[in-house]
Amino acid sequence: MYIVVVGGGQVGYRLAKILLSDGHEVLILEENPDRCEKLIEELGSVVYRGDGCEVVTLESVGTGRADLFVAVADRDEVNLAACQVAKHRFNVPRTVARITDPANEAIFEILGVDVTVCSTQIILSHIEQELPSHPIIPLLKLKGGTLEVVEVKIPPGSRVVGKKLGDFSLPEGSAVLLVIGKNKGPQIPTKETVIEAEDEVVAITNPENEEPIRAILMGR
Amino acid sequence: MKVVIMGCGRVGAELAGMLDAGGHRVVIMDTDAYSLRKLPASFRGSPIVGSGLEEEDLKKAEIEDADVFVSATRGDNRNAMACQIAKHIYHVPKVVARIYDPMREEMYHSLGIESVSLTKVVAKLLKEKAEG
Repeated sequence: MYIVVVGGGQVGYRLAKILLSDGHEVLILEENPDRCEKLIEELGSVVYRGDGCEVVTLESVGTGRADLFVAVADRDEVNLAACQVAKHRFNVPRTVARITDPANEAIFEILGVDVTVCSTQIILSHIEQELPSHPIIPLLKLKGGTLEVVEVKIPPGSRVVGKKLGDFSLPEGSAVLLVIGKNKGPQIPTKETVIEAEDEVVAITNPENEEPIRAILMGR
Repeated sequence: MKVVIMGCGRVGAELAGMLDAGGHRVVIMDTDAYSLRKLPASFRGSPIVGSGLEEEDLKKAEIEDADVFVSATRGDNRNAMACQIAKHIYHVPKVVARIYDPMREEMYHSLGIESVSLTKVVAKLLKEKAEG
């Protein structure tokens, strides 16, 4: 595949490295001349100095034949503009953008950016996982926002401790995907899986069912 | 008519003053409070410190009842994104962006954003002067 990456910061650099070692043809667009030099030293001649939002620049790197366009600059508005130019001027079939402000996810989706990855949201949910008192942790929002993957840590006094998964039910439209036992490690659950205190239960659900799920899994 | 302007540089401030003098309700936003001093002394509209890319700031500007949104900062990308947020999230009937890159202006136009490319306008005026 030919992949154009806008932004040669940490994310762009690491991404390019992975894509190159997977055998893809990669081009990084980076505006800062010092950064360009450094990237060329590390990665070879897969770097072009220029503004990834500019039609002329994108034309000269052959964006028209790109299979994938990834914008990982550190400003949301740059990534949006770059993806829009790639899509509307060069008909790139798939565009991916990094965003920092979770509130921007909606506008990127409306404007047709195929995938957004919100670094802030990812960092937040990782930190939330470490907070002892946090009841239910959203791990991943699936595209469209109607389903999400959440994690619940079973407190010692919970009603479901010692029960099999088949003995109680979650709200309709929700399902347990994984049970991570403190000692047993992650297991694909069956009806026979017994819930123990301190287990981490990963479930898929619609966001409205978060509260009922919390009540079932954590209620005393 | 209610107009929300993002960016209180020379262009934004001048425009705000003109619209205000013309009897329109004007809200002007800039992330830098210092820039808002460029507004003329006679300005009766509402200056707001904030960004047209931030939900909270746009709510402060009561963007929901704006008839027009104008983005006049120095950044093409910022202007384009702010206008698209105003159009698609807050359904402002008319959005106008200041865009420097004439080729991108064409694209945004095809996406339903009215824009003014200073680069083209200035180049044309200079050409006229040079030839005249």
